[in-house]
Amino acid sequence: MIDTVLASLDTVFLYVFAGCAFLSAALMLFLKEPMRVALALISCMVFLGGVYGLLGVHFIAAFQVLIYVGAVMVFMVYAIMLLDPRDESMKARYSHFLWPGAVGYVLLVEALAAGVMNDLPGPPRGPAGEPFTLKAFAEVFLSEYWLHFELTSVLLVAAVVAALAVIRVNRRESRG
Amino acid sequence: MLLLLATALFTLGLTGVVIRRNVLVMLMCMELMLNGVNLSLVAFAHQLGETVGAVLVFLVFVVATAEIAIAIPIVLLLVRRKRTLDLEAFTDLKG
Repeated sequence: MIDTVLASLDTVFLYVFAGCAFLSAALMLFLKEPMRVALALISCMVFLGGVYGLLGVHFIAAFQVLIYVGAVMVFMVYAIMLLDPRDESMKARYSHFLWPGAVGYVLLVEALAAGVMNDLPGPPRGPAGEPFTLKAFAEVFLSEYWLHFELTSVLLVAAVVAALAVIRVNRRESRG
Repeated sequence: MLLLLATALFTLGLTGVVIRRNVLVMLMCMELMLNGVNLSLVAFAHQLGETVGAVLVFLVFVVATAEIAIAIPIVLLLVRRKRTLDLEAFTDLKG
């Protein structure tokens, strides 16, 4: 009895986390203030981290929380705090693309959901235990995909240089 | 189920980019789209038992970080020039 409950507990938590992630993502479209939108996005990311953890990819869950919530969203919140809250765009939520956007949303959901439903290879197999561990991942990552790894570091260097260039534009404008 | 959630997150993010007015909120909706793609990658990796999906997820993490590190200074520059985050104020940027 206890065993069956414990076995289904994972599935229950998976559905709960997925539902909460969807709800907070939907909330992002309706909230008015950017800070609340940011908090909804953070909760969505944390719930997605829970989903990853339940799927057995614990290192991706850890990086989801560390990188996304810890770095990206803190940066975003910091930017929101720098800005003027009396700005008009903090009050008006939607641009005049609201209705075309809503119609496009319905069409896109129909097309994508139909595609996903048609292409699902039968009933999805149950959780297949541990799909892969951090060790297997690290070996594949640094032996087979080392070129991509290096290319991402090039991308990061380019991003740093670009950020410096943006700051320099900023300085030149404030001086002249 | 996970693929459906990924679809939902991606479409919600895309709709947010289209219909919202605030530039920062649009950036956050782009992050939501990236999260949806990540979830689909993890779901495929989980179904197929392959590590390629996880590798791609890491690359997406890096790209998202770089994107946000560039995008936020640009947004701050735009705000400095027009004193607003409203996207309608920047329509004179179209060629």
